[in-house]
Amino acid sequence: MSSSKPIFGHHSEMKITSILLFFLVPAFIFMFGSIVGEDYAAVVKYFSRPWPAIITSLTIVIGLQHFQSGAQVLIEDYIRGSAHKLAIIFVKSVSYFLMVVGLYAIARMAF
Amino acid sequence: MGEFTMADTDQSNRPLSPHLTIYRPQLTSVSSILIRITGNALIFCVFLIIWWLFAAATSEQYFIFADAILTSWFGELVLLCSLWAIWYHFLGGVRHLIWDRAIGLDLKTAEIFGWIVVIGSFLLTILTVILL
Repeated sequence: MSSSKPIFGHHSEMKITSILLFFLVPAFIFMFGSIVGEDYAAVVKYFSRPWPAIITSLTIVIGLQHFQSGAQVLIEDYIRGSAHKLAIIFVKSVSYFLMVVGLYAIARMAF
Repeated sequence: MGEFTMADTDQSNRPLSPHLTIYRPQLTSVSSILIRITGNALIFCVFLIIWWLFAAATSEQYFIFADAILTSWFGELVLLCSLWAIWYHFLGGVRHLIWDRAIGLDLKTAEIFGWIVVIGSFLLTILTVILL
């Protein structure tokens, strides 16, 4: 019996995030589609409302987590050696950076 | 020629999978690879939308600049392609969730699923454009 094994591996994490995104993505497409093209004041006001702010934040965080698992599998399949590790670090950095910038933007509009 | 033994720990010499170039393309394989391509390509759309949100949170002038790019013909083309990509990835993902339940794994059903994903992605894209 091993206790050091993670309960959720890549595949399982991919499944969990994909089930959450099944509900989030259509909601986000609808929200983004209804506000894009409006002027500055309308956009800022829209994202300061609770549900657009919450759904957009959740889509950003879970979507980018899903991207991390997916891109990691892609890298594992096609890149080997030290480039493999560098590619994974690069993907994680880009993804966390986008996540934080997105949440910062929403927070700044919401408060 | 690499010699593989049980104790082979040299990870760098192992073959990589999947071997895309040695298989004859089929609906099931091409539609599966497209899930990977659409999924990873969507990061550019995520980047664009987050940049647009960041601009809106920063100042009116910055927003007007970012919004002009997002709503230019090129921006709209990227958004339209991304819309198809996300619906394709969405349906393809649902197909995998169904397969994970060990349903529809026979060749005939798998090919029907493939057509549903391909045709459905275009229909959902058209529907979204009409609705929004």
